[in-house]
Amino acid sequence: MAKYLKTYPEKCTGCGICMDVCSETFFKEKNPLKSAIKIEPQEGSFLMTVCNQTCRLCVDECPVQALTINPAGVVLLNKNKCIGCLACVSVCPINAMMWYEGAHSPFKCIACGKCADVCPSQALEIVEEG
Amino acid sequence: MTKDLEKIRSGHKLLKEWDYQLKPVDKGYNMRTLYVNISDKTVKEKSVSEEMKMTFTGGKGFGMKLLWDGVTPETKWDDPENEICIAAGPIGGNTNYPGSGKSLVVSLSPLTGIPIDSNVGGYFGPYLKFAGFDAMEIQGKADKDVIIYIDGDNGKVQIIEAPFEAVDSHVIGEQILDLFAENEEDKMNISSVSAGTGSDNAWIGCLNFSFWDKRRKGVRFKQAGRGGIGTVFRNKRIKAVVVRFSGLNGASTHPADLATVQKIGLKLHKEIIALDDQQCRMRKVGTAHLSEIMDEYDLLPTLNYKYGSHKDAPNISSEVFYNEFLSKGKPDGCWYGCTMACAKVAEDFELKTGPYKGQKVLVDGPEYETIGGCGSNLGIFNARDVLEINFYCDTYGLDTISFGTMTAFIMECWENGILDKEKTGGLDFTWGNAKDTLELLHQISRGEGFGKIAGKGIRQMKNYFEKHFGADRKFMDDIGMEAKGLEYSEYVTKESLAMQGGYGLALKGPQHDEAWLIFMDMVQGLIPTFEDKAEALHYFPMFRTWFGLQGLCKLPWNDIEPADNAQTDEPAKVPEHVQNYVDLFNAITGQSINKEELILQSERVYNFQRVFNIRMGKGLREHDAIPYRSVGPVTVEEYESRVERYDKQLKEKAGIDPAGLSTEEKVKALRKFREDQYEQLIDAVYKRRGWTNNGVPTLEHLKKLGIAFDEVTAVVKKHL
Repeated sequence: MAKYLKTYPEKCTGCGICMDVCSETFFKEKNPLKSAIKIEPQEGSFLMTVCNQTCRLCVDECPVQALTINPAGVVLLNKNKCIGCLACVSVCPINAMMWYEGAHSPFKCIACGKCADVCPSQALEIVEEG
Repeated sequence: MTKDLEKIRSGHKLLKEWDYQLKPVDKGYNMRTLYVNISDKTVKEKSVSEEMKMTFTGGKGFGMKLLWDGVTPETKWDDPENEICIAAGPIGGNTNYPGSGKSLVVSLSPLTGIPIDSNVGGYFGPYLKFAGFDAMEIQGKADKDVIIYIDGDNGKVQIIEAPFEAVDSHVIGEQILDLFAENEEDKMNISSVSAGTGSDNAWIGCLNFSFWDKRRKGVRFKQAGRGGIGTVFRNKRIKAVVVRFSGLNGASTHPADLATVQKIGLKLHKEIIALDDQQCRMRKVGTAHLSEIMDEYDLLPTLNYKYGSHKDAPNISSEVFYNEFLSKGKPDGCWYGCTMACAKVAEDFELKTGPYKGQKVLVDGPEYETIGGCGSNLGIFNARDVLEINFYCDTYGLDTISFGTMTAFIMECWENGILDKEKTGGLDFTWGNAKDTLELLHQISRGEGFGKIAGKGIRQMKNYFEKHFGADRKFMDDIGMEAKGLEYSEYVTKESLAMQGGYGLALKGPQHDEAWLIFMDMVQGLIPTFEDKAEALHYFPMFRTWFGLQGLCKLPWNDIEPADNAQTDEPAKVPEHVQNYVDLFNAITGQSINKEELILQSERVYNFQRVFNIRMGKGLREHDAIPYRSVGPVTVEEYESRVERYDKQLKEKAGIDPAGLSTEEKVKALRKFREDQYEQLIDAVYKRRGWTNNGVPTLEHLKKLGIAFDEVTAVVKKHL
């Protein structure tokens, strides 16, 4: 089972509503630095960076097992266990483990789907496979 | 197990309980240390003055200062006033910068009689710091076995009589967790220091610092190996020192500038993840990768350092350990947040000998030094045997380096007829005899037979063999690889004069943590003159001393290098990483040092330790002498094994035509040349370090460093 946020870069217009919704949901402020999804312009289209819940290198790397996989196949961070080493940030091959300076813990997409609900161009979708 | 625990608990008797006030660390410091006297059961805190902080910085610096105050020039290692000091440092315990979890242990060594310092992983030092203390000192001697417990959650220190716990580390390590952890999850909040039954009987005892391996659900250890601190520990009748601290987080050091600490740490994490596979493969095989490199460059100690390579060395290469024994794909950091993760482990290793025969155990390592010392140096080219020796050394609390080097000495004595079965009580020390090497270990653990003699190390063995067996002292002095009484670590130094000095001039005795200059000197030819070598023997020992002041590991400094390091002005220094350390120190402590002041911090402690050696009767030029085996070929056999190399050197460097000379004559001529080179090197290094020609720091130098305290100058004045 793997539930994840699927991205369609060819549909993305770069409006950034997804980042606003995400940061508001988890940090109570509109701030792209605090969003678990990142949209950046890239050669005429947009690079959409978000955890695809599949490689799980961060889960293997975490020295305190603060990262676990839930029954839906989503990688979750337990902030109470996290000791803020940021090893997971460095090991993520697609830079989807997010962190901003001074934050005690990193954060990541948990496939809640709020961004997909508001995306005006259907560039985001929650998918369940397996 | 529950029944065993009940029995163990029933033996506990609380001898002392002392409460203290908890307060958070501030910018890397607590500004207090813990004093525990197990003779009279005094427990108290001592405040750290601003002067102590600025002079000694922390870690080993604090340990040296506390030990100096605790002992007299007459103190012997087994006197009650000898201390064991354990300290992290201001940087120690941060979870962002790889290699930040080291404890520095300081004591008067049984082997050398002078201060020894050992840098060790595991969770103890950081937890001690977060429990409220920049260092702890243990003084006195208990009548019966005790455990010292520091409860950093509740502000309590206890001394507990502990008759029923095991002594060997892999057993007591688990018992401690069962006794002090509230549940499985809580085990990560407990760390212990223990030794082993070998430490009861030998002078090469080590300490095991524990960390709970959550993934493997087992207790793991890192060793404070060098100089016999485990021996001091057991002589004091300590079974374990235990610390509890829960609530670790990324800001537990309360740094002045957390964001900078995180940024520097993240940068190095990314560098390691991207480059380690192409560089040292520390994440995959740990320090074991060195064994094949050393073999290739003729530096792998083989048959008591006679040679530097062997045809069978591939049998103990890192690939063999990795493919056949090591646990794979799980990070192995000995402290949180170390992505270098080099603390390898063999799981479910079934023991074939000794009291734990048949048990399946975790074997920590093997480290390169263990492979060199307990493998190639003994002619043992079997990876399984090396692991079994490694396990028993660890659990018995014996230093694998000293054990390897002293057994190599024994084997060469055997080869030369100094020893035979009658003298060893039936043990056969033919090169490569792993069975009897293990039996020697078990004898040491039981305090029996030849093990009792051997366990005191090479210097004592030389005295014993001379007195009781009439052995040739000069030959033993040449081949016995010890200096100041400490056994050499595992590199062949014959072709690197600078490294001969790196070992000979190391304050604690011949350990490579002060300087490792072989490639710079021998392979790359970067330090050709005496002055160049002296500069390297100033800078690198000072720079590396700094790790011990901070609670840092050396490995993430140059066992990973930035991709563009080779293009920098001084690649050997790894300039970007030096800047990382400066920035890290400043971000944690709120100070603003530069890279020159970093060296100055070390220079103060380094010179203080040199004076400490002099104070204890062993810090002068005569004590920096080294065995000729580390300088050049002692025997005809050794010379002839590399005859082209040595003939060429005689001709080109010494200006002696080897033609027509017998090998004995050539050995003699080369020896005269090389010994003279070593003396010239020492002259140059002393000068560079601000010492007299007898190795004594001058008053001007001590004043310049700000350590010309009355009791320090009083020591050196006698020698000026």
